[in-house]
Amino acid sequence: MKLTYHPLGDTGIQLVFGQTISAETNQEIRMFAELLKQEQIEGIIEWVPAYTTLSIFYRPDKIRYQALLEQLERLYENIQGGVADAASLVYEIPTYYGGETGPDLNFVADHNRLSADEVIRIHSSQDYLIYMMGFVPGFPYLGGMPEEIATPRRSDPRPKIAAGSVGIAGSQTGVYPLETPGGWQIIGQTPVRLYDPESEQPILLASGHYLRFVPISKKEYDDIAEAVRLGEYKINSSKK
Amino acid sequence: MSEKLFQVIKPGLLTTFQDLGRTGYQEYGVVVAGAMDDFSLQIANLLVGNNRDEAGLEVTMMGPTLKVLKDAVIAITGGNLSPRVNGQPAPMWKSFAVKEGQLIEFGQPLEGIRSYISVAGGFDLPEVMGSKSTFLKAKIGGLNGRALEKEDILHAAGDTHAVTGRSLHYDEIPEYQKEIHVRVILGPHQDAFTDEAIQTFLTSAYEITPQSDRMGYRLNGPELTHKTTADIISEAIPLGGIQVPANGQPIILMADRQTTGGYTRIATVIAADIPFLAQAAPGAVIRFEEVSIDKAQMLYRKKEKIVSVLEKIIV
Repeated sequence: MKLTYHPLGDTGIQLVFGQTISAETNQEIRMFAELLKQEQIEGIIEWVPAYTTLSIFYRPDKIRYQALLEQLERLYENIQGGVADAASLVYEIPTYYGGETGPDLNFVADHNRLSADEVIRIHSSQDYLIYMMGFVPGFPYLGGMPEEIATPRRSDPRPKIAAGSVGIAGSQTGVYPLETPGGWQIIGQTPVRLYDPESEQPILLASGHYLRFVPISKKEYDDIAEAVRLGEYKINSSKK
Repeated sequence: MSEKLFQVIKPGLLTTFQDLGRTGYQEYGVVVAGAMDDFSLQIANLLVGNNRDEAGLEVTMMGPTLKVLKDAVIAITGGNLSPRVNGQPAPMWKSFAVKEGQLIEFGQPLEGIRSYISVAGGFDLPEVMGSKSTFLKAKIGGLNGRALEKEDILHAAGDTHAVTGRSLHYDEIPEYQKEIHVRVILGPHQDAFTDEAIQTFLTSAYEITPQSDRMGYRLNGPELTHKTTADIISEAIPLGGIQVPANGQPIILMADRQTTGGYTRIATVIAADIPFLAQAAPGAVIRFEEVSIDKAQMLYRKKEKIVSVLEKIIV
């Protein structure tokens, strides 16, 4: 396979790994990003993985387009043979479903002719692949939600959705890293902070890893929230 | 040794602290922000002996009034918004001293719309994810993640003394026009547009609308038609990316752009022309011209050379 690419002006280049959203394409992008990290090519500022592309931003006074392209083509050949993959992690996101902080749980249940408990069971029994991050700092674009609990967005978006809210929009699910307006159906809330600009690790998640929602009680929610506040909470993660 | 430097008497229309942006976190969805006109900010810093990437004040259209609380050497660069000190016109693109008790004011925007104020030793600000840039939407960076407000006190980070009278050579001072030629590299989605749309884009005049800000410039002009759809699978968007939603009116993505987006992009503005775009006001007219990557990168290095030569002399 030949590397497909497009320039993004004179300071960026976009590598194209596929035409559709798939876990395989995501994996390939992840491997390439891993190689970029190891190679430390002079002049590259950063890169942004997305569903089907990896965009690389660079300084043309340090490396020119053609020279960069040659290096990227060489790296691309390397991943064609398949390289040992850096292990993906599964992050556990403790989630208190329903109640005041999950006001749309019953709507999602009714819409899909399920009980609220069934929605929770289905929603929390998947490992969701984090395809990319974006929209707002720390927001994971997740793939793999079962169609059984798919629900359209609210017709009247809420002006404020609390940070940590877990929601459903169509056949997508996600977590709000910070308070924003939004039209997602909110089914629960996590006390974990996905985004904390003051922290040493400001963003908790990264693309290419997985996320699993773990149902917790209100009491557990409060305990974890307190631990998060004191900076004592550590998120559970395991190898996929 | 953080000392009180300025008291904000009037905040101005939109005055924020900006450096060269919060790079390195885009893969996590963190917006870059930073100075809209990175050239002017870098020059302002170098003239007062700072590192080029130090944070300065980005002043927009109607500038602030600042009372000087401590003697300092400052520089004002970028758009000419009629800066004055104690009622007298202040120099631009040149380091000069301000004294305790003096007032720094701005008047009519004469040329360009964004000025940059640097102070020797820099402003005392915390770094958030490696940058002091204000990103208003996420309320991070700069002064508590917001624009200046009345009665704010701005602090100096260190020694505010520096050589006065340092200036940028007059040949190198940019001129900001009301009709600008902006050079672009086509793509990455030029194939999503009809041939006529590409022709229209490269031969028509587009006006910057009032719905333009640090995030993006919305343009108004001949409609650009897609072959089928205006939507793509979300991907990273670069500074200067020109996205065209289904209504066919282009939007140029600027410093506060989201990291990713789902609209087709017809072209990308080259880095060397971003500062001129940053200085263009609503109502200004843009014509786009296609250039090669080689040409664009040659222009980039030319711009970079002006900055690095000054850097070698001063810092």
